[in-house]
Amino acid sequence: MTRTNAIRESFGDKIFLTLVYVFLAAVLLVVIYPLLYILSSSFSSPQAVISGKVWLLPVDFSLAGYRAIFSNPQIMTGYGNSLFYTVFGVLINVSLTVMMAYPLSRSTFYGRGVLMGLLVVTMMFSGGLIPYYLTVKNLHLLDTRWAMLLPSAMAVWQVIIARTFFQSSIPKELGEAAELDGCSDLGFLWRVVLPLSKPILAVLVLMYAVSQWNAYFEALIFLKSQNLFPLQIILRNILILNSIDSSMMVDANKMAAMQGLRDLLKFSLIVVATVPVLAIYPFVQKYFVQGIMIGSLKG
Amino acid sequence: MPSTTGLLAKKNAQSPVRGSSLMLRDRGKRIKRHWQLYLLVLLPIAYLVIFKYIPMYGAQIAFRDFSPVRGITGSDWAGMKHFTTFFQSPNFWMLIKNTLVISIYSLIIGFPAPILLALALNEVRSMRFKRTVQMVTFAPYFISTIVMVSMIILFLSPRLGFVDHLLNAFGMESVNFMGIPHYFSSIFVWSNVWQGIGYGAVIYLAALSGINVDLYEAAKVDGASRLRKVWHIDIPGIMPAATVLLILNVGQIMNVGFEKIYLMQNPLNTSTSEVISTYVYKIGLLGANFSFSAAVDLFNSVINLILLIGVNYAARRISESSLW
Repeated sequence: MTRTNAIRESFGDKIFLTLVYVFLAAVLLVVIYPLLYILSSSFSSPQAVISGKVWLLPVDFSLAGYRAIFSNPQIMTGYGNSLFYTVFGVLINVSLTVMMAYPLSRSTFYGRGVLMGLLVVTMMFSGGLIPYYLTVKNLHLLDTRWAMLLPSAMAVWQVIIARTFFQSSIPKELGEAAELDGCSDLGFLWRVVLPLSKPILAVLVLMYAVSQWNAYFEALIFLKSQNLFPLQIILRNILILNSIDSSMMVDANKMAAMQGLRDLLKFSLIVVATVPVLAIYPFVQKYFVQGIMIGSLKG
Repeated sequence: MPSTTGLLAKKNAQSPVRGSSLMLRDRGKRIKRHWQLYLLVLLPIAYLVIFKYIPMYGAQIAFRDFSPVRGITGSDWAGMKHFTTFFQSPNFWMLIKNTLVISIYSLIIGFPAPILLALALNEVRSMRFKRTVQMVTFAPYFISTIVMVSMIILFLSPRLGFVDHLLNAFGMESVNFMGIPHYFSSIFVWSNVWQGIGYGAVIYLAALSGINVDLYEAAKVDGASRLRKVWHIDIPGIMPAATVLLILNVGQIMNVGFEKIYLMQNPLNTSTSEVISTYVYKIGLLGANFSFSAAVDLFNSVINLILLIGVNYAARRISESSLW
């Protein structure tokens, strides 16, 4: 089929196709180069990085940047905190999302129109930053771990995705049959719906995990104590505000060497912070794409 | 549970269409039989009320003079005072201009970019190449805002960045890109395209794969070129999805993401980088000027809502796709 197509390609089509391939190759290059550059720099020596010798591959291979990271208690605490927020955050996120989405998907649930409206309104209008902050403050959640978990406990978009999935892939007859057999709604959800919904659960876990791992806004406005900071806030302090605890540079006694290590550290830090999310991506891309597509169906 | 079910039953009774008492009793029975569904939904509703609706109610702080001791509802009314102060402040036009420049620029570049990528990918016959491009362009989506901004700063830094090394290699002077106000919106918009193009293309690729194959067959019989097929089949095929996304985007036009802009700001570029959301944060949370900044925020939300409703109305009249 494709063979005959290829033969019949007219001259104009050939030019068009060439342009398409050139465009895509350019996009590919532009996207991949910065990523490679960061990765290569992070494995180079501080001198090579500052003098701009790194173009594509690591120069003077060294692990100095990574060594500095893993000996820094601040970064390690941040890493631990981010893991904590991600694991428990996702647990809360997915539970609440299913608890909301499942009833919304059932036609036997009266008031689902109203509830759906209640949900969608929050997507279009919000009270704004100040009332949001004051609400969290009044609940005495400021500067606690809860501030990273509760205010972002459920996302409207994910509820809609889950609801669409439940509605379209759990046959109605199954629910009716279970009801006749005396199975309760909770029993049906636990024993039938959830086992059938593994793909969507995977999507939810992934989407929430990425957003929890990358979240910094809540931490920025709600947290004050260093020991509660997630990795992203530590990254901001080091990468963007350029403030770094000099105690971690004990072994570097020269000013220039310290500056070099400080620059190199930024590259290694970017790699260390991004790898956990990026590493799982190739294995789960299928689910992710599926999730976006379910979300794009009008529910 | 009886109180909830009773309430719902009463609510349904008011609707004149389904008013018969027999149906009503039937409905009450069904609600009772499915009480577990209402139990499930309690916690999510509590979340919505506490973290979404109470703040919405709290938006009235914009019309009051907030006193921390007396709380939001106990503070004195101030009428439109904070709004007039904002409209008359010298910052007003700067904020509006910066916000609009960045968001309209984003819309013009950022909206068509994923469409272009999806259309191009759709022409590719080699599945391996297609999958590679898709996979690589999707990857930056996982990079956090902080890392993204760090990368921008590193790459554009006049000392370390490869952009600088490139300039030097061609014998040009180093440029401190992040410190030049004029470049801010371009850096913001194009880095967004870099990060979001692959993610954005997924929806359009899905729409493209849903197009009826017969259309292409018919076009081939008619001797249509590839470009013509794109123009007459592909583009109409993704129009519904594009319309919905356009509506959503326009509805967010005054909501340029706080997170990224705030991180990209530095003292040298604030004349073009200060937007409404960053201003609200600085004045409100850092400056503890709660009522005034809430007024600025509310003004922004209302404009967004009006835009969203307006665009949706227009889309419904012009085409068949709309949000509601």
